[in-house]
Amino acid sequence: MASTAPIAPLPTLPKKHYLNDGTTVASWLLTRDHKRIALLYLVAVTVFFVIGGLFAVLVRLELATPAGDLLSDDSYNKVFTMHGVMMVFFFLIPAIPGTLGNFLIPIMIGAKDLAFPKLNLASWYIFMIGATFGTYSVLNGGLDTGWTFYTPFSTVASTSAVVPAALGVFINGFSSILTGLNFIVTIHRMRAPGMTWFRLPLFVWSHYATSLIMVLGTPVLAITVVLVAAERIFSFGIFDANRGGDPVLFQHLFWFYSHPAVYIMVLPAMGVMSELVAASCRKPVFGYTFVAFASLAIAIIGFFVWGHHMFVAGQSVYAALIFSILSFLVAVPSAVKVFNWTATMYKGAVSWQTPTLYAIGFIGLFTIGGLTGLFLSSVGLDIHLTDTYFIVAHFHYIMVGGTIMGYLGGIHFWWPKMTGRMYNELLAKISAALIFFGFNLTFFPQFVVGYLGMPRRYHAYPPEFQMLNVLSSAGASILAVGYALPLSYLIYSLKYGKVAGNNPWGAVGLEWTTTSPPPTANFEETPLVTWDAYEYPARVEGHVA
Amino acid sequence: MSPETSAAAEHHHHPALAHHFDSLAEQNEAATLGMWVFLVTEVLFFGGALMAYSIYRSWYPGAFASASHHLDVTLGAVNTAVLIVSSLTMAMAVHAAQLGERGKLKAFLLITMVLGATFLVVKGFEYHEKYVEHHIPGLGLPFDYSAEPQFAATAQIFFSIYFVLTGLHALHMIVGLGIMTWMYIWAANGTIDKDYSSPIEISGLYWHFVDIVWIFLFPLLYLIGRHASGAH
Ligand SMILES: [Cu+2]
Repeated sequence: MASTAPIAPLPTLPKKHYLNDGTTVASWLLTRDHKRIALLYLVAVTVFFVIGGLFAVLVRLELATPAGDLLSDDSYNKVFTMHGVMMVFFFLIPAIPGTLGNFLIPIMIGAKDLAFPKLNLASWYIFMIGATFGTYSVLNGGLDTGWTFYTPFSTVASTSAVVPAALGVFINGFSSILTGLNFIVTIHRMRAPGMTWFRLPLFVWSHYATSLIMVLGTPVLAITVVLVAAERIFSFGIFDANRGGDPVLFQHLFWFYSHPAVYIMVLPAMGVMSELVAASCRKPVFGYTFVAFASLAIAIIGFFVWGHHMFVAGQSVYAALIFSILSFLVAVPSAVKVFNWTATMYKGAVSWQTPTLYAIGFIGLFTIGGLTGLFLSSVGLDIHLTDTYFIVAHFHYIMVGGTIMGYLGGIHFWWPKMTGRMYNELLAKISAALIFFGFNLTFFPQFVVGYLGMPRRYHAYPPEFQMLNVLSSAGASILAVGYALPLSYLIYSLKYGKVAGNNPWGAVGLEWTTTSPPPTANFEETPLVTWDAYEYPARVEGHVA
Repeated sequence: MSPETSAAAEHHHHPALAHHFDSLAEQNEAATLGMWVFLVTEVLFFGGALMAYSIYRSWYPGAFASASHHLDVTLGAVNTAVLIVSSLTMAMAVHAAQLGERGKLKAFLLITMVLGATFLVVKGFEYHEKYVEHHIPGLGLPFDYSAEPQFAATAQIFFSIYFVLTGLHALHMIVGLGIMTWMYIWAANGTIDKDYSSPIEISGLYWHFVDIVWIFLFPLLYLIGRHASGAH
């Protein structure tokens, strides 16, 4: 390399990197390279996002008019159920850990790969098998239980394809467990010399916390699904009220996993956020230790709040009281994170690149999602709002406003590292703006219409709610354009994008010290780490401060 | 010694060492930690079903005690003994692997597998007995609890949980037998040696775990209300 040239040479792609190390189909489908497996996940979750999105289109089309005219009530039940199942289990849960987590964790800690590369590949295949069952249930009559599979409807009443869908969720759970296991062992045992726990990027901390939930929560979902399947296939009677069983027990077991699952979706996005905020302000994340421990606090407290989904399901007043208090408590570490990101940005020289737009969007949307979560933690208010569109708006602000903003922000931030090329910045900014605007237009009216009393999960509604629903459907169409754009310009950039160079953002972090795309072994030689995670601006490679 | 292994020995590079680890010791530690994390997952997997068990047992103590008396304690106790001995032979296999004694390793693995298979055969007899006595609460089979009609409904919950828990446990035993077969092949073809005994140790962790699950299941399912006078 001509480092003595008078003018800085244009960056070039490295000769040998993980993308051209083997070009056959088998070199992709049998790869053990965590970076290639990350791309396999990227393709897969994009497909399921599109499928889930198409169901959302049907929902918004149906709700554009008060009458149930486009879909019958039964078809509508299936459409919103499949939207939920596809998005939750086959997109939101694997999206960030599977793609960005897989790609970045080994590089960020200075390792050559995850601890168990074959297991990592197996996780992807298990995910695909689970998703195949999920898709099979769509094609084979669909599922109409809602993504929550509530008993006794799911066990005795529903005539739809409960068993294949449940099997899909069960199998997919193992993919999640094995990914979490792989991350935990990797973060414990594979860190480069000098990479102490408190030098880890916060992305790694939040994935560690996520992995704990995957490993501790997912098996409970697995056994719950087994019990439902045993009841449905063998007509065993564990939740069967006719034999003295308790359908509400199902709800306890289900939410024991499914509340923490929200953190499986949002903690990785928070990890992305910490990286984006630090890089876009060129400042260390304010209160590193607090942000790191906030991830663990969220993971731990998150296991003790599940009862807030059951305030109207007949639990004791005292249980409701305790679950309510704990639900307020779990908001504290989330708020700590939001405050610390804003404090990092305060008086920072913020660069207005696409990832920054997503980061700021995340802070706005996640804050609204979090604050409306506090409404729902208050037992009295929750009883009014349960099963209304207020709930729908709330969790979309967390799952879409939080997770998808984090996911897309992260994809845009690390795209040059993953592919070696830049995307069209103008289009990317336009799409980020469309997503932010479209999202708010879709979901903010749902808070209002829910507060006014419109219940969720019906294909028809009273005419006075039409105005707000039309706004929501209009927003959804803007959102759809916003999501379609990245798909096109990112693919376009693979061939025609400008070559990015090792560190296009001037960011710190081990991933920016290696080539873009990185070599198969990630680094020429194992790095020796003698610095903290966010030593801005001192440690920016290739940038003179 | 084949030319490959001697070349590897010259570079102090064990054939089992994966490219992304610096040493076999590091690799073994990672694998061991991985198995422990997996076993934590398993605890929560069985934990969910045991949660259901606890709630229903506290709601329906009479039905649970009554239904528990229909299980065959003798066969259950025999199976408990079989598994405890198999844990011992598994531990001996690990010991033999660490010392690099291939013959003993193979023998102990084989005994462990025979004991595991014995357990499953006995379990099969017990399941058959339930079928004959009409104590299977589903599959479209007749369920007969006419001797104590007041428990006819809730006893089905006990038997549902019984079949789920013991069925999942048996499934884990079958997986364990598969792992042991795999380890036997590795022991026989020399993949396992003194420096690379960790696959046996890790398989052993799994085997012990499955045994321990049974140690919990046996009293929880078979011995309800059998203490003191033994009265119902
Ligand atoms: Cu919740």
